[in-house]
Amino acid sequence: MSNQWETVIGLEVHTELKTKSKIFCACSTEFGGEPNTHVCPVCLGMPGTLPVANKKVVDFAIKAGLALNCEIKEFNKFDRKNYYYPDLPKGYQISQFDLPVCGQGHLDIEVNGQTKRIGITRIHMEDDAGKLNHEGEVIAQAESSLVDYNRAGVPLLEIVSEPDMRSPEEAAAYLEKVKAILQYTEVSDCKMQEGSLRCDANISIRPLSATKLGTRTELKNMNSFKALQKALEYEVERHIELVEDGGTVVQETRSWDESKGMTVSLRSKEEAHDYRYFPDPDLVPLVIDEKWIESIRNSLPELPDERKQRLINDYDLPKYDAEIITSSKDLADYFDHCLDHFRDAKKISNWIMGELLRLLNVNDKEVADCPVAPKELGELLHLIEKGTISGKVAKQVFEEMFASGKNAKQIVKEKGLEQISDTGELEKIIEEIIAANPDPVSDYKSGKGQAIGFLVGQVMKASKGKANPQMVKKMLSDKLG
Amino acid sequence: MALTIHGLTAHEMHDKLKNKELSATEATKSVLDRISKTESRVKAYLTLLSEEALKKAEQVDKRLAAGEDLRPLEGIPMALKDNMCTEGIKTTCASKILHNFIPPYNATVAEKLEKAGAVLVGKLNMDEFAMGSSNENSSFYPVHNPWDLERAPGGSSGGSAAAVASDGAIYTLGSDTGGSVRQPASFCGVVGLKPTYGRVSRYGLIAYASSLDQIGPVTKDVRDCAWVLGAIAGHDEKDSTSANVPVSDYSHALNKDIKGMKVGIPKEYFAEGLDEEVKAKILEAVKKLEDLGAVCEEMSLPHTEYALPAFYLLAPAEASSNLARYDGVRYGYRDKNAEDLITMYKQTRSQGFGPELKRRIMLGTYALSSGYYDAYYLKALKVRTLVKQDFDQAFERYDVIVAPTAPTVAFRLGEKADDPLSMYLSDLFTIPVNLAGLPAISIPCGLSQGMPVGLQIIGKPFDEAALLQVAYNFEQNTPHHKLKPQLEVE
Ligand SMILES: [Zn+2]
Repeated sequence: MSNQWETVIGLEVHTELKTKSKIFCACSTEFGGEPNTHVCPVCLGMPGTLPVANKKVVDFAIKAGLALNCEIKEFNKFDRKNYYYPDLPKGYQISQFDLPVCGQGHLDIEVNGQTKRIGITRIHMEDDAGKLNHEGEVIAQAESSLVDYNRAGVPLLEIVSEPDMRSPEEAAAYLEKVKAILQYTEVSDCKMQEGSLRCDANISIRPLSATKLGTRTELKNMNSFKALQKALEYEVERHIELVEDGGTVVQETRSWDESKGMTVSLRSKEEAHDYRYFPDPDLVPLVIDEKWIESIRNSLPELPDERKQRLINDYDLPKYDAEIITSSKDLADYFDHCLDHFRDAKKISNWIMGELLRLLNVNDKEVADCPVAPKELGELLHLIEKGTISGKVAKQVFEEMFASGKNAKQIVKEKGLEQISDTGELEKIIEEIIAANPDPVSDYKSGKGQAIGFLVGQVMKASKGKANPQMVKKMLSDKLG
Repeated sequence: MALTIHGLTAHEMHDKLKNKELSATEATKSVLDRISKTESRVKAYLTLLSEEALKKAEQVDKRLAAGEDLRPLEGIPMALKDNMCTEGIKTTCASKILHNFIPPYNATVAEKLEKAGAVLVGKLNMDEFAMGSSNENSSFYPVHNPWDLERAPGGSSGGSAAAVASDGAIYTLGSDTGGSVRQPASFCGVVGLKPTYGRVSRYGLIAYASSLDQIGPVTKDVRDCAWVLGAIAGHDEKDSTSANVPVSDYSHALNKDIKGMKVGIPKEYFAEGLDEEVKAKILEAVKKLEDLGAVCEEMSLPHTEYALPAFYLLAPAEASSNLARYDGVRYGYRDKNAEDLITMYKQTRSQGFGPELKRRIMLGTYALSSGYYDAYYLKALKVRTLVKQDFDQAFERYDVIVAPTAPTVAFRLGEKADDPLSMYLSDLFTIPVNLAGLPAISIPCGLSQGMPVGLQIIGKPFDEAALLQVAYNFEQNTPHHKLKPQLEVE
């Protein structure tokens, strides 16, 4: 019955900006330092200290805003969001409430070959909190907790979408696109596993014909794209089941429990915090003039949609290939660098979309950590083109390159994987195969042309895949013809 | 009265240091000696830094012996209110919650004065987190008014004013959020200035209400006030609310007379609640200004009556957020018996903060709560704008505005302690200035019931020079600043 329901999803994406220093002090934003080494009296919120806004953070916010087609607000200000938690040194987060840096914008996503526009409500700047390390597996059983304030004061952007997504796939595609744009503009690394990209979702369902939104739940703690999609799928089912069983959805905040594969209630609407937002009197309002915006606009790099079009126009890549290759800046850069070493774009694209992404996925690696450099992939493709190795062997070589970091030539040489194009050597193997397979030989001679395929296969097998299949076929047909 | 070293003003002491009639060590010893004789009754200090002060004085003397030039405040013993952070020196805000807090950094004012060669003799008592008008809200002990030990010195910078009045420091710094420099200066018969908001860096000043707080000098006379202001004023990149406006030569302003200066006398400051004798002293002072050539005229600041209620929404609202960081997690007092986080928060804060703080935290939390924000916080902000507009309009016609600093002379310790509303009213005439972000000075203008009365002069934004000019002309033509409390010494 679920096909009579429409799903409505909006996302709040939090991303850490990769400025060198924190948003309100000069401490380093570098990830992974010893606990409490990237701290100072300001980001520790010590008495009497004052925040001073880092201009680079505003630059980055404007840049992200422009890339997401947002209106940049000339007058914006910082507000305090008050709540208590040990990882929050000041007892409030400095955020932007009613006058954020960016207003309405949008981006386009591709789902099932269809382009869809998703609205962006706003983007605002805020400071990150520290991190609690509980002494024990579960917080409830922890004897004590330690706080690391290295992350406290790292700049964050919160990008809030309109409730324009209609399926978990669209939500995932939206998040992928936001991530791509933030990476293209180099404002964030967007590493979900390091927490530099986080996402909360608002989700509701309504009858297909309805225009009014249903009661929503807010989902938190989805730490990967897979988790986002699974959590949303779970929540859609939960809503539909509830409503179809005559119940109602309760407005609440729920947390995704990855190990249980379900969402659990965190707090109800009644328990929601009253953050008592008010303008931060320690910071003067920000005025962003046209000149400032223009200077950032001029520094904008090529964005995913433009780059995709360029790949289609310049290299004749199919739209599908171009979409996948430009979905991440690193991947698109990888593709471009391969082109410096090999000129057949479609062949490069096939290898990237096939073997490269498969191995990255299997090994849970990012493109940036790919052990095979574009130059190496280019050389491998040359070896295939020159006939030194077959396509099939090449896949084996590539896996070896990926695992060992050695280059293609080295592996081919070490393992003796060169294609046998030496007629003398091939002659010997072919003789043996003809002698060992009298039936297929006579089938072929009696006019059953397809029998040659079997014989070629046998030769390939005997040569351990190294024989040049074109030559084998030609020599066989000459001999038997 | 025999001339004493601790009885000197900063500029007098400077001249003696310069002429080698006095060494910085002698000056410091004299002040430390004076403190040892008066402190048991005045209670102006929370921390004394005798050794450190003597060491610093010695360094100054060495510098001078080496033939180096003496800088204006070099070698002069002074003290800071204990809400200004001093590196390596306990900074408590007179609160149990910070009783053991030693900042690893200096407030910008402390840094500037240290570099100017000032000799820091101690940290001064105050109302807890600068919330109060009598100094009775100190978590440790109240300060006593040197003019009458039974009376309050005013607050919250009671220690700053009492120390200067009793010669326990040549000058001090206080902070003024709603009158906390001017009202105690008035009660103790000394000079106290609240600079324009943004004139002096707030970095390292432990916040009460960030949009209102401003550090200012408390001195024995107006010239000293000009010197100290010149030393602490200026833009600070660590405080984005500090103004990038050039610092005037304040001493230079003292040389000008006030002939033809236009002085506004706001009738709202002479209405109900103003003590008759205080009123008479202020009007006498106005007459004196006229004698000196100023043109004084009654005028109106119509929104004055709304300033106090607006202040008691805005300041507590900001305070409720500013004080959230005192949660027992990182520094200061923590209840060690609590077994879970929420209990630790609750116990730490209910044991660590005094009753007036709790009152203001609750007021402020309420004013910012959803559903009440518009009716309280936002409305108070609108009143603030109207109060500021009153002054803007007035300053189109007047160079300065003159009014009483406080409605009465110093009241008795304990007199208002159980009546917060009547305590709040003692800041009736000082609060509008903070809301409008203006500079204002309080200078002595005579005695009533044997207690000092303060004359308040309010100026245009960043026109501290005009205040000092009027104040200096008045001071040099009256004997009031020469009056000293007859504090018996042991
Ligand atoms: Zn820092």
